[in-house]
Amino acid sequence: MVNRPLVLKILSAVIIFGAWEIAGRVPVSYAFPTFFESMAALFRLAMEGTLFTAYVDTLKPLIVGVAISTFIGIGLGLWIGLSSFFDWLVSPIFIVMQAAPLAALIPLLVMAYGIGLTSKVFVVLIMAMPVIVLNTSSAVRHTPESIKEMCRSFLGSRLDMIVKIIIPAASPLIFSGLRLGISAGFIGAILAELKITPTGVGDIITFSRSIADYPSMYAAIFSIIVLAVLFLNLLERIEKFLFKGNDLGYVSD
Amino acid sequence: MSQIKEVVAPQSPAPDDIAVSARNITKNYGDVEALKDLTLEFPRGQLTSLLGPSGCGKTTLLKIIAGLLQPTSGNIEVNGKPVTGPGPNRAFVFQDFALLPWASVMRNVAFGLELRGVAKSEREDVAAKYIGDVGLAGFEKSYPHELSGGMRQRVGLARALAVDAKVLLMDEPFSAVDEQTRRKFQEDLLSLVENENKTFIFVTHSIEEAVYVSDQIAILLPRPSRVSEIIRPSGFRNKGADSIRRDSEYLDIVDNIWASLRNYVE
Repeated sequence: MVNRPLVLKILSAVIIFGAWEIAGRVPVSYAFPTFFESMAALFRLAMEGTLFTAYVDTLKPLIVGVAISTFIGIGLGLWIGLSSFFDWLVSPIFIVMQAAPLAALIPLLVMAYGIGLTSKVFVVLIMAMPVIVLNTSSAVRHTPESIKEMCRSFLGSRLDMIVKIIIPAASPLIFSGLRLGISAGFIGAILAELKITPTGVGDIITFSRSIADYPSMYAAIFSIIVLAVLFLNLLERIEKFLFKGNDLGYVSD
Repeated sequence: MSQIKEVVAPQSPAPDDIAVSARNITKNYGDVEALKDLTLEFPRGQLTSLLGPSGCGKTTLLKIIAGLLQPTSGNIEVNGKPVTGPGPNRAFVFQDFALLPWASVMRNVAFGLELRGVAKSEREDVAAKYIGDVGLAGFEKSYPHELSGGMRQRVGLARALAVDAKVLLMDEPFSAVDEQTRRKFQEDLLSLVENENKTFIFVTHSIEEAVYVSDQIAILLPRPSRVSEIIRPSGFRNKGADSIRRDSEYLDIVDNIWASLRNYVE
């Protein structure tokens, strides 16, 4: 038996990279390198160690921002979902945050927090947090009424209700919020490096572009996409591990 | 009609044989009166059905007895003690099963005990016994989505039995399962009532089901909701599960209930 998903994954990778290679060879633009040139540049950046030192810089605001968004975001989301007063008080902040054009806010952040790590963490937060908070709170509000009644009728405490019913029931939506939030966080981290001060991967992108080393520029972009995809896959594994059986829906559906 | 009145009149059980009593229960939702001044007693060790057209407040009454809803006025007593909220003397079986989709059959059945702080090995021993009793041995590790509708409700029933409450509250428990499974459930319920020393309060919208399984049927009528009639079928209860549906008293009661309910069905 052939492993169909694996075959399809390889096939779609071959098609996309093939199209990239062809587009680079035509070429569609002199600023567009071929796939193999970009991979060679990636290999060179990795060998020189430039790529790794760059990621140390980039991952710092990303990890701090994503960690804060995850823990504080899920916490706030739970609270908003459980208390209508807190919902009234706090929700609008995140709705505005989600709608705000981030690039326009960056000068304000720089003015307030300088050009260091703090500003970059804030950019990641503004990107990642709203969707995590809003998804969590709406998931909490939509916990099926009958399993909540079940918990109460079998003498569950308020804590049991939150830990054993509401959080597991909300987990699929919380995780989908995390997936969206973390991918937005990746965008935020790179945006911060392009708009505030060029460091890390953003520096490789800006610098290679300025000296017309397009393969390196595309190599850096490619690497961040791969990293984001790998991270999201990891998140999916964690979800499957933590809440087995939950992705299969409610039995009363 | 006369036949029913005869059945109603004689037995009025002694007060200490009343497991649950509802006195002057009124429940308003805003301006809507769901229940008005409803008084009803539930004899110990018997099965009482709440039967009525939709919107007559039967599920509301059941949830008030469970302590899940607070009445606007009036009070519920279980074994002489007033009800203020959910308690260990009552267990609930839900219409939509209310199983945890992320938990195995074992954890679902043991969940009531888990919430009471019973140690894991002990509660799993108890749960395993009831899983066997409801006929689900071998499915302990399955998840609810892997079971049929009937099997899911058996899990819900095992969970309610596992906490060993003296009063079992069942909210249209068989309405979401297919007809053949339902008949099997009804037969099983009769032997459960006979063997377990528990008081059953059973909400249903099926006249046949109510007459088949009940020791006492309370007919609720809407607008405003009240108990219009209490029927205690007695003649066919000991004739065996197979012959009840052919018994003439059974058929008469079904017909009479329909005659009094038909005006309220839109």
